[in-house]
Amino acid sequence: MEQVGQLLGSDVVRILAGLIGVIALVAVNALFLIWMERKVSAHMQLRPGPMEVGWHGAIQTIADAVKLMGKELITPEEVDRPIFYLAPIVVFLPVLLCFLVIPFSQTMIVRDMNVGIVLILAFSTLTVLAILMGGWASNNKYAVFGAIRSVAQNIAYEIPLLVTVMSIILMVGSFKLTDIVAAQSRCWFILMQPLAFILFIICATAETNRTPFDLPEAESELVAGFHTEYSGMRFALFFLAEYTNMFIVSAVATVLFLGGWHGPILPGVVWFLIKVYAVIFLIMWFRWTFPRVRFDQLVTFAWKILIPLSFANLLLTALLLKIF
Amino acid sequence: MITSGIEEKTFALNLGPQHPSTHGVLRVLLEMDGEYIVKAEPVIGYGHRGHEHMAENRNYQQFLPNMGRVDYLHALAFNQGYCMAVEKLIGVTVPERAEFIRVILNEMNRLTSHLLWVGAYLMDLGAFTPFLYCFDDRERLLDLLDRITGSRLTYCFFRFGGVPVDLDDEFIFGTRAFIKRLRSRWVDYDNLVTKNVIFINRARDVGIITREMAVQYGVTGPTLRGSGIPYDIRKSEPYSAYPLFDFEIPVGENGDILDRYVVRMREMEQSLRIIEQALDKLPNGPIMAEKVPKRLKPAAGEVYQAVETARGEFGCYVVSQGDIKPYRIKLRVPSFSNLSILPEILKDTLVADAVAILGSIDVVIPEIDR
Repeated sequence: MEQVGQLLGSDVVRILAGLIGVIALVAVNALFLIWMERKVSAHMQLRPGPMEVGWHGAIQTIADAVKLMGKELITPEEVDRPIFYLAPIVVFLPVLLCFLVIPFSQTMIVRDMNVGIVLILAFSTLTVLAILMGGWASNNKYAVFGAIRSVAQNIAYEIPLLVTVMSIILMVGSFKLTDIVAAQSRCWFILMQPLAFILFIICATAETNRTPFDLPEAESELVAGFHTEYSGMRFALFFLAEYTNMFIVSAVATVLFLGGWHGPILPGVVWFLIKVYAVIFLIMWFRWTFPRVRFDQLVTFAWKILIPLSFANLLLTALLLKIF
Repeated sequence: MITSGIEEKTFALNLGPQHPSTHGVLRVLLEMDGEYIVKAEPVIGYGHRGHEHMAENRNYQQFLPNMGRVDYLHALAFNQGYCMAVEKLIGVTVPERAEFIRVILNEMNRLTSHLLWVGAYLMDLGAFTPFLYCFDDRERLLDLLDRITGSRLTYCFFRFGGVPVDLDDEFIFGTRAFIKRLRSRWVDYDNLVTKNVIFINRARDVGIITREMAVQYGVTGPTLRGSGIPYDIRKSEPYSAYPLFDFEIPVGENGDILDRYVVRMREMEQSLRIIEQALDKLPNGPIMAEKVPKRLKPAAGEVYQAVETARGEFGCYVVSQGDIKPYRIKLRVPSFSNLSILPEILKDTLVADAVAILGSIDVVIPEIDR
């Protein structure tokens, strides 16, 4: 018995349980988010959205997923096969790993690493590699366009994102996500760093390729961008990764600015999820309101406005920290 | 055709014929240098149905339904152009009430066309939601039109000598209510689109058509007026009941795609004004001219009649040789001339702009291909 108890408490079991939990969460979250997006867009567009399958179309996404699984995986002849096959997997793995360090509540965290935020930022950057692989291997001009745009966009927006995050880390003095949340027990950082929050949301929208920055998959320009040639489950994996990425950036925004699990009455994890979905709603709201920016404007905006602003914010934070 | 093979630095890109933003089956061959367009060449003809040839093989009435299928978005203007040409040929005068009904329905059809354009155009620019808003408004118009004409898209309503069905009170009431509603919606459109920074930045100084260029290429309609030339057949060669109404011809200044957008938005307001005045002044009387022969056999001769459609000047040239069938019908369609300017203005623009510019010209492909 003692051994079993030891085994249950051991790291291996904890990580295994965590991974299973994460995969379940990713799947359920994606299903929910896709339904949510359809409903949000529908209500913003004066229509009811999916209504047939389940309560208010709640399990419509499951039906769609089943359909996608049943679809043929088309591999065009001219594609670079190994890379073409690998890209959907590469896009999905880093997304899963990011979940390991997200603190859903004080104790609900798979691994509380002391470089949590760095890990998330590093892994979420890997998404762009997968997009480049997928776009390049597709051997389709529109896909290559999408991939190249994605790389340029991610490089441009990674910098202000990191610098903005740095200003929070300066205030806390730790890369640990739980420490960052704990530091906000009295005052959320959004109140102390409103500019940083705005910058972060803009960069996060760009990072997740959402409108107004959805240039890698700009439908009216590039047909479907980098995933033009993907079908069936391979396409679904890109889709899944996109929505999961949205969850991750929103979770990071919650941790950095919205006080994580802090909140009255309800348990921490509920508060955390409420905040995450509120941020996701905001990002969806952007998508269904704004037109798309042009590519040169997007890059100019990042280099000429966001980067100077984020550095100014960092310097100001450092200065204020030094004074007080 | 770009046949010389691909040069070292540039490559060819096929925009269409199956592409979300070519609005039908237009194909634009682009020679690209990175994301910049070096050379653009529209390839047309995918929707060719041979309307002009069909005209030569059937009598005058039988060709009437074809007119709703040339430009499916502003079918009533084509109806009217053809009817007026034939009426000129056989010397029939249309009663005043019928002219009023034609004007009212025509302007409503223009509104549906412009509303669809606004929605589809913003979708080209990446904004999905306005499309549904425009369709909501357009739907109400279509219901009203459906009530009178019996169809929603490919109208075949006007007859030689008048119109077959009179307006009823419910239509008049519904139209007045719609005018009120659409006016209240301008606020939303303005706040969400016209004043949107992203939209303005994308539209300003893009795809400029100068006055000289526009005249050289024979561009007409809102695309021409966006360049600052107040040419509108409704004013310059007044026809039907248009001289009786007070309306303006909105013009732009720079000829960029923002101007073309603004011109169309303001034109919709003018259409509302025309409809309102026509409903107020609607005279009583017959809706069909007397003594229109069942079997048309006009004397030999030729006529040309131009009308203003939502896209520009539609000219109908009918040649009769005294037969029951026309000898030749030539349709001068606005989209064809408007599209011809595309290679000129697409030069040295980005793909994203190419889509925006193509949308701003507002071409209807079946109209080009006929």
